[in-house]
Amino acid sequence: MPRDHYLNATYGIRSWLLTTDHKRIALLYLASVTFFFFIGGTFASLIRIHLLTPNGFLVTPEMYNRLFTMHGVAMIFFFLIPSIPAVLGNFLIPIMIGAKDLAFPKINLLSWYIYLIGGSFVLYSFMTGGLDTGWTFYTPLSSVYSNSAVTPAVIGIFINGFSSILTGLNFIVTVHTMRAPGMTWFRLPLFVWAHYATSLVMILGTPVIAITLLLAGLERMFHLGFFNPALGGDPILFQHLFWFYSHPAVYIMILPAMGVISEIIPTFARKPIFGYSFIAGSSIAIAVIGFVVWAHHMFLTGEATYAAIAFSFLSYVVAIPSAIKVFNWTSTLYKGSISYDTPMLYALGFIGLFLVGGLTGLFLACLGLDIHIHDTYFVVAHFHYIMVGGAVMGYVGGLHFWWPKITGKLYPEFLARIAAVTLFIGFNLTFFPQFILGYLGMPRRYHTYPPEFQVLNVMSTAGSSILALGYLLPMCYLVWSMRYGKIAGPNPWPATGLEWKTDSPPLTENFHVTPHVDWEPYDFKNRKDLGLEAGAPLAPAHGDD
Amino acid sequence: MHRTGELYGQFQTLDQQKETAALGMWIFLVTEVLFFGGMFLTYTINRHAYSAAFGMGSNTLDIYLGGFNTVVLILSSLTMAMGVWSAQVGKKSLVTSFLILTLILGGVFLGVKVVEYKQKFDHHLIPGQNFDISYCAKNPNACTDLSPKARETEDKQLEEAERLDPNLNSHAQLYFSLYFGMTGLHALHMIVGAGLLLWLLKESVGGRFGPAYNTPVEIVGLYWHFVDIVWIYLFPLLYLIDRKAGR
Repeated sequence: MPRDHYLNATYGIRSWLLTTDHKRIALLYLASVTFFFFIGGTFASLIRIHLLTPNGFLVTPEMYNRLFTMHGVAMIFFFLIPSIPAVLGNFLIPIMIGAKDLAFPKINLLSWYIYLIGGSFVLYSFMTGGLDTGWTFYTPLSSVYSNSAVTPAVIGIFINGFSSILTGLNFIVTVHTMRAPGMTWFRLPLFVWAHYATSLVMILGTPVIAITLLLAGLERMFHLGFFNPALGGDPILFQHLFWFYSHPAVYIMILPAMGVISEIIPTFARKPIFGYSFIAGSSIAIAVIGFVVWAHHMFLTGEATYAAIAFSFLSYVVAIPSAIKVFNWTSTLYKGSISYDTPMLYALGFIGLFLVGGLTGLFLACLGLDIHIHDTYFVVAHFHYIMVGGAVMGYVGGLHFWWPKITGKLYPEFLARIAAVTLFIGFNLTFFPQFILGYLGMPRRYHTYPPEFQVLNVMSTAGSSILALGYLLPMCYLVWSMRYGKIAGPNPWPATGLEWKTDSPPLTENFHVTPHVDWEPYDFKNRKDLGLEAGAPLAPAHGDD
Repeated sequence: MHRTGELYGQFQTLDQQKETAALGMWIFLVTEVLFFGGMFLTYTINRHAYSAAFGMGSNTLDIYLGGFNTVVLILSSLTMAMGVWSAQVGKKSLVTSFLILTLILGGVFLGVKVVEYKQKFDHHLIPGQNFDISYCAKNPNACTDLSPKARETEDKQLEEAERLDPNLNSHAQLYFSLYFGMTGLHALHMIVGAGLLLWLLKESVGGRFGPAYNTPVEIVGLYWHFVDIVWIYLFPLLYLIDRKAGR
């Protein structure tokens, strides 16, 4: 372990709560998003237990509505959206580009406090009975009829939006102005490209959901009529505004995970990534095209036929850059010197699950087919393949990949591999049956189902308990490793990024001297400093196999 | 707090620091465009759907007060720009004067807005249970601040609008919800701007801004111009479209 690093630079609660060090703020975020992840996870478990029997046996129908709503709100707004950007992005972007910190360190801290304030409002809503509108807040249910704690939740999400906006703003400015000498745009790690694209979506989409929820909140509090048909307002307008953000928000959640995968794959294939510029460009393409597909959520609202055709077509188009990424990752594996370390297991799992999630997305983008499977468990399965199979796998994989950098310690490799496999099995058992359920016609958000669907539902519930185990296990051994783990050293894998050239854990200023970049990204061949001899077997980073 | 032109730890050069701050403000303004954009879209769609009611609502606004405020705000942008210029050329006492002028003009704008809101309150044009677009037509004595001629045109218009839109009152209420939403959000931005100006003023009295260091004046200026531009769109949308002779 280095003698001085950001963790022992100063001590005391104040040195954490008032820190402007991006690495410490990342850890503050890590603690808070983990908290919301387990809240959202608890709601999910209750939902799955309730659905063990056709009539449901755990909660009342009203409570069931509240459970799936609170699950969605906690997971989407307070876990998935901040998870990779605010934890891994915050920690890594300045180090990866050779900067001492983000462009606006105080604003970075401010964004965490805004997240906390927004989160408190939402927790207050949960504790005063919760809300039952679905995470989509469709009006006039949310603005007039719902008899639940909608107002504090809407205020909380409105406030939290600014946290996301400020993070995005900070990243964009940082990438533009803080790069080290020699760190050109096309030497940036693909993780940074992915976060740049994510930040574009954050700054362009989030203000729209903020104003939309503000209007819906005002409508509820003061009985105004922006979206209430009884008063002349237009509920379809709400849906357009909502999805104008909330579809691109899916890319806020998945793009950073794609960035993580683009770092892990070349490292454990010991090969330069295939088609660097195409992966970088496809991130930007996803961010741009992602803004013009939103109305595919509204095929059944009676929107104009030609508009629906255009949105359907564009939804197919946005699949192309995603496919480019998948092809490039698999091409990178080709003739690589692959080692199956834990992060790689997550990355390979990601590719498979994202593929299923992405392709079933095309089913849903198809105008005719969507009428059949709209609002069924097919949709639920599809977006959980993207969000849990994609984004969360990327997040947990990234957490393992950079854990030695963050803490300076190695986690127990064998346990970690078991956890990765458990997660993969648990995930598929939970969500694959839901594709079938949806295709057979089980609607989402219902608290009961016909008895013939019971076998598939029981499978799903059984899978979810395995999945939960797969999440609890890393929680335990990662915390354990902070104290008892083996010393990692600066570059345990070894990997090529700038973050691996500094100490683990890094100094508060990140580097002893400002780095000067004169190498190309992912260049395993010419980087003598990595200690990789051509053709020689690699020394594993971990000692127990 | 750092003093004139001091370099923050995360930067290598002063130029980099300045460029970063300016870029940050520009990107923030982009997010503001989208923030207001949601309301502009809601306005546009409803205006299209209920043009009679929105025209009626538009005509109850006081064009003289609105026009006066537009001039005031454009002038304040001019004084703000002059403030930035004086900082850049090093006329330190002028910076303070121009900032004070900008602050006063901003205050005048908000004051006039209060007068306008008060008038809407008196005329029962605040969305809610007592909202009544025809209040002044029914109670001429309660609206003595309107000239007889203005009331006459308004009564005629009301008749016409009621013929075109049987739900006039409800839709006019939608107009006023948007009027208060949009101008209220704009006024909130003005108040934040005034706070920023006060902070600049405090620093400027200490003689902090000159040719070597004027980033805060410049980026608050950017913000102030943006808030001004929002009003340049709000004024025609809310006051001018479909206006008949009247008040």
